[in-house]
Amino acid sequence: MTDLLKLSGVHTHIGRYHILQGIDLAAPQGQVTMLLGRNGAGKTTTLRTIMGLWPASSGEITLGGERIESRATPDIAQRGVSYVPESMAVFSDLTVKENLVLAARDGPMDDKQLEWIFGFFPALRRFWLSRAGSLSGGQKQMLSIARAIIEPRKLLLIDEPTKGLAPAIVMALIECLKEIKRKGATILLVEQNFFAARELGDNVLVMDNGTIVHRGEMAALASDVPLQERLLGLSLEAHQ
Amino acid sequence: MTELAATDPLPKPKRDIAPILLPIALALVTIPLIGSPSTWLTLTAASLAMGMMIFIMASGLTLVFGLMDVLNFGHGAFIAVGAYIATLVFAPFAASVQADSLWVNLAVLAPAALLSMAVSGALGLVVERVLILPVYGQHLKQILMTTGGLIVAEQTLYALWGPQIIPMPLPTSLRGSFILGDVAIAKYRVLATLIGLAVFIAIQLVLNRTKLGLLIRAGVENREMVEALGYRIRRLFLGVFMTGSALAGLGGVMWALYREQVHASMSDELTVLIFVVVIIGGLGSIGGCFIGAILVALVANYGGFLVPKLALVSNILLMVAILMWRPRGLYAVTSR
Amino acid sequence: MMLLSGDPPRSRVLTLVLVVIILALAATPFLFPGAKALNVAAKICVFAALVASYDLLLGYTGSVSFAHTMFYGIGSYAIAIALYGMGPNWAAVATGIVVGLPLAALLALAIGLFSLRVAAIFFAMITLAVASAFQVLASQLSWLTGGEDGRSFQLPELLRPGTVLVSKSLFGFEINGRILTFYLVFAVSALMILALLRVVNSPFGRVLQAIRENRFRAEALGFRTVFHLTYANCLAALVAAGAGILNALWLRYAGPDTSLSFSIMLDILLMVVIGGMGTIYGAIIGATIFILAQNYLQSLMGVASKAASEAGLPLLPGLLHPDRWLLWLGLLFIASVYFFPTGVVGRLRNGGGHKSAGASH
Repeated sequence: MTDLLKLSGVHTHIGRYHILQGIDLAAPQGQVTMLLGRNGAGKTTTLRTIMGLWPASSGEITLGGERIESRATPDIAQRGVSYVPESMAVFSDLTVKENLVLAARDGPMDDKQLEWIFGFFPALRRFWLSRAGSLSGGQKQMLSIARAIIEPRKLLLIDEPTKGLAPAIVMALIECLKEIKRKGATILLVEQNFFAARELGDNVLVMDNGTIVHRGEMAALASDVPLQERLLGLSLEAHQ
Repeated sequence: MTELAATDPLPKPKRDIAPILLPIALALVTIPLIGSPSTWLTLTAASLAMGMMIFIMASGLTLVFGLMDVLNFGHGAFIAVGAYIATLVFAPFAASVQADSLWVNLAVLAPAALLSMAVSGALGLVVERVLILPVYGQHLKQILMTTGGLIVAEQTLYALWGPQIIPMPLPTSLRGSFILGDVAIAKYRVLATLIGLAVFIAIQLVLNRTKLGLLIRAGVENREMVEALGYRIRRLFLGVFMTGSALAGLGGVMWALYREQVHASMSDELTVLIFVVVIIGGLGSIGGCFIGAILVALVANYGGFLVPKLALVSNILLMVAILMWRPRGLYAVTSR
Repeated sequence: MMLLSGDPPRSRVLTLVLVVIILALAATPFLFPGAKALNVAAKICVFAALVASYDLLLGYTGSVSFAHTMFYGIGSYAIAIALYGMGPNWAAVATGIVVGLPLAALLALAIGLFSLRVAAIFFAMITLAVASAFQVLASQLSWLTGGEDGRSFQLPELLRPGTVLVSKSLFGFEINGRILTFYLVFAVSALMILALLRVVNSPFGRVLQAIRENRFRAEALGFRTVFHLTYANCLAALVAAGAGILNALWLRYAGPDTSLSFSIMLDILLMVVIGGMGTIYGAIIGATIFILAQNYLQSLMGVASKAASEAGLPLLPGLLHPDRWLLWLGLLFIASVYFFPTGVVGRLRNGGGHKSAGASH
């Protein structure tokens, strides 16, 4: 199994704060790698560093064998990386359609891809010409994910997609992400919801204080309750 | 199951029309105050023309701020440069300017305006690279750098053209007025209004109907996400900056023809005016800038007629009133 | 050290430069005879205080105001109108002070409260708009201000050049009312600068710096930033009006060009940036460099311009014309924001001078 994305010895500073303190991680091709850990462990910073939004101060990041740690964010995106930030960051002044038009940067949207997305998120079809700012939180999350998959991408970086969503929508999201994975995409997923993590994850990394404190298979962690409690403590939501 | 989400109540998109009604209400309220309908019409037409010219000059400033959070205190320099460049074309073709033929006049006017826009736009490229890029993201230094740029630009104009006022006569066929009954509306004002409207409509079409416009609007809201989608926003910004500079140059030519003279100090005078306009409109909002420009012009013209002394501070009073009502301007488009 | 509020120049070269400037200013009436030298020295004193008060805003709170000349002008006009209307007596001087200073502070309070209500980004733009309106107002209310001509007035007997206090026979120098006025300007300017030094080194000054670094955090720490910023605005306005009073007293005149024009505002900006923001001492250096350049660089440029035109060079005569000295200062300004944003003082402190920060605390 080759690793699509690899970080070795990555440090990131924000202002005078040393957030990432030597991260080594790999996201194997075609798998879902979960990034777990309590709030403030550095998960979001890891995704933003990969995306070049908060550049690494040292260390190496490779995507498909190519070094990307000193590239600008647009260059990284153009190498086939999609980012779904925690805040969703839909363009609220633009319509749902316009949001997706922008996300499809290689040309007009592919109708088949669009139908496939509508299959998971029918709400997007209904509110196709509404301003994204008028959508509900769940609908914004759907739009944000749709934006990341409107064109096929090699790597998806997704930050807490289930946060604050109703359980029904969480189920739809999980189905969608499974389908994306089946289509061959590699996913690095930050998640607090252990249920979603167990459903989706192939591998798992647990972060604390800017370092990775555990790595292994998701199934192994899912079946080892004492290990979960030791690594994740009370920060995870109840095991649904 | 996702249907659950799909049936979430969707708040009706509200169109915020209060700001649009404001200039209309202002115009209506002043009819009885002014008394004579023909005077009112003349004043209103004059305001529209003035407002459109201010809008053309200010539109770039507001977009540049909205997109990249850049406060350009040197924007007025592009206005003056545009006006001076036009004199370069006007002087050698004085005969064509004086000719009593619309087409001959336009044959000078159009190239002059285009050349002004090209030079102002090119200057915009230099300013963005030299003065703004190094201090990108630092407001204080941006203000200082661009103010320094304004000083240097003005002084260079003085050095090249001398400190005297340069006359810029209006082409013959644009002189005089259209007479409708007992209402006289200056021909040039009609032209200025038409150009302003054309610029406004063009900007609106680009912003709303093209992918480039979508990118600009998206960038005003969240430039980081635009980059994460794979677009180089710095390049986009440079394009917007140069376009805004070119429009300021066009506005400068129009203003110079309106005043029939050119002087480097026009950049100071107009800087204050366009600042008031973009503040009133809400930094980053083209629609707000358009309404703000018309409001400023209406208040200046009506005020000048009704209470001449008050007209001197009418801009400030208008700005204070608007900001008391909406502290971030008529339309707040950025979250900053 | 008490006098400097525990904030010494912290660089040997800087200390030396400051001492030389201050001694030269103090001894100007005796060292450099002639009206021009005395005028230049008085202007340096007035602007050092004015620029220092602007530094309180720009350097210590990080807010750019374009309304500073308005307060300067209020001081100038208050004393001018009082002396013009009431005649050359001390009651008029007192009236000008009693009216001018509170007026400046009140206006600063109003602008501060209004600007702080709206987005912080508007501050610079709003102050610019208000200042330009004030300028128009001052030139239009000619019954009060004398319009574009301004107001000339006579000083009280004691301060007039004709009043001989110490005759020449005693020390070889004549000490007259003009020289007394100069020392009044010198002393009051020095006092105001020392007072500002005290303000920025007080706990209040440190809160201002905390606000400048991170307004959000300062608020989170429980400081009422609105109060602090407004207070700083009022203080700066008071000192600016004080400098305006001195300026009018020295010139025996107040008018738009000497006390209100936008170009004075630009001059202040240039001086504070070239001297060094956030240092107070930078104001003295900046004002000295700028005003010396304004008065003496011009004649040099005249010579150069003439030489260039005689040599038949294109463009250069225009660029080197004495009236274009501001062009070169503008370039210097941009260069200093770019290359040494901490100005001359920052350069001297980080460069050759020994670092003894904190040693004096």
